[in-house]
Amino acid sequence: MDASLNIVIVDENPVRAAILEEGLREAGYVNVVRIEGTAKLLARIYAIDPDVILIDLENPSRDVLEQMFQVSRIVKRPVAMFVDQADSASIQASVDAGVSAYIVDGLKKERIKSILDLCISRFNAFSRLQSELEQTKSALEERKVIDRAKGILMKAKSLSEEQAYALLRKTAMNENRKIAEVAQSVVTAAELFK
Amino acid sequence: MSETRLRIGFIPLCDAAALLVAVDKGFAAAEGLDVELIREVSWSNVRDKLNIGLFDAAHLLAPVAIASSLGLGHIKVPIVAPFGLGVNGNAITVSPNLHAEIVEATDGNIPNPLVSARALARVVEKRKRTGAEPLTFGMTFPFSTHNYQLRFWMAAAGVDPDEDVRLVVLPPPYMVESLTSRQVDAFCVGAPWNSVAVDLGVGCILHFSCEILAHAAEKVLALRAHWAEENPDTVAKLVRALDRSAAFIEDPANRAKVAALLAAPHRVGVAAGVIERTLEGRLKVSPDGRVRSDDRYLLVGHNGAARPDPVQAAWLYAQMVRWGQAPLSQDLLAAAKGTFRPDLFNAALQSNEASAAAPADRIGAFAGPPFDAEDISGHLKFWAMKQR
Repeated sequence: MDASLNIVIVDENPVRAAILEEGLREAGYVNVVRIEGTAKLLARIYAIDPDVILIDLENPSRDVLEQMFQVSRIVKRPVAMFVDQADSASIQASVDAGVSAYIVDGLKKERIKSILDLCISRFNAFSRLQSELEQTKSALEERKVIDRAKGILMKAKSLSEEQAYALLRKTAMNENRKIAEVAQSVVTAAELFK
Repeated sequence: MSETRLRIGFIPLCDAAALLVAVDKGFAAAEGLDVELIREVSWSNVRDKLNIGLFDAAHLLAPVAIASSLGLGHIKVPIVAPFGLGVNGNAITVSPNLHAEIVEATDGNIPNPLVSARALARVVEKRKRTGAEPLTFGMTFPFSTHNYQLRFWMAAAGVDPDEDVRLVVLPPPYMVESLTSRQVDAFCVGAPWNSVAVDLGVGCILHFSCEILAHAAEKVLALRAHWAEENPDTVAKLVRALDRSAAFIEDPANRAKVAALLAAPHRVGVAAGVIERTLEGRLKVSPDGRVRSDDRYLLVGHNGAARPDPVQAAWLYAQMVRWGQAPLSQDLLAAAKGTFRPDLFNAALQSNEASAAAPADRIGAFAGPPFDAEDISGHLKFWAMKQR
């Protein structure tokens, strides 16, 4: 582990970038810079002169980084993708996680293996968090819709709350649909009849 | 019929049309293929996901397919292209300011690329004299037709693309914004982005790429060579579905339908009108409303555009050598040509006809001697002399 490595994070998602930066700092890397926005990206990266660049795969600017491989008068040091030809498992793991790493040529693979592993686990943790958050959100939305549908049915058919819910559930089972879907139809229909 | 499931990556551009229409109009399903299309944001992603097997096939820049086969810039994974998704279709767009400078420095007719390139050389010279910043040109990828077309054009008038101007990679969706904010003075990109710049009044189309090279392989259907070898039936089905799709697209009667389909947000996601103009080859070239048309602007399937031509691969390889991306060797040339597979195309369609209507040397460059795929060093020597 080499605490003095210059690490740049290019991530459009500020929350994930912060999580990654924090993880790297916790692991003892002190020179971590986050880059935001796309204007003059390459010039800003060259100014920092990093040893390692981490970029999220949803970022169109990845193609901009590919230019660093080219022989050009503005390149100070050649940069290469972390993984070499034999290391397709590493590519697979990082692409799956949604992150890509570039390092300056000549940097030993072992020296940044821990960085890449850390990125992959933080990216995976982030996407788990995000999907949990989305699930919670949609569960909440579903409950709201079901509550509204129950209210509509109670009023229109003079049912109790339990009866209204039982009706929704029975219809859903008969039509092989989710209760939330049936509830949404009730709400939509009620809006149309308004 | 048992369905074969395929994951195919694409970048939202008009030249993905044959692939998108093949899926959305059911030509793929008719061949027993259940295709999941995945919209991507960068060529690097498309290349990596194809290389490691997350995609079975991809809409890919022809030079990226070759670079991957040759192991240039990235890991070496042999790729084969059994179908050409598009020929031509790029354009060079310049800011209104640069356009005015070029017009002022011109001594002939602008649509002639040699005239415009010479005018550019004068503009570059003047900027050097006055100590102004060098001009910046945006293009889409180091291994891209856009990069080579820009370089070929300006170098024909003695402008050195590595010394006299700056060439920078920009993702296509950022091109227009970069021209507006003056981060770049010009760019070379595919449809629809040139038209978007013109419609917003921030750019003038200087050239269609077909004015620079009459016939230039642009995007291909790319497959891992290993996978193609193991799945010959699936390859043939894919080629047939794409061929039917290309025929559907090239029928002018279907143009509005195709444009509406491509305009969907999860496909190309720009206004149908812009896509229709692209397919028609009739583009507004300047904010004042001037229009230029060229029936070679973007070829999808027409005139043998779908059959991969190894001569095209050789020309692209020659540009890689010319601009220092690859060494010159017979082995690399053979590997580059071997990436384009007309035999797979012919086998799938039981077709043998030679590409019709292509220019005599199958490239049709606006300057220089005819291209000879057997004599790359001759091509390089000619242009090395011109540059000095």
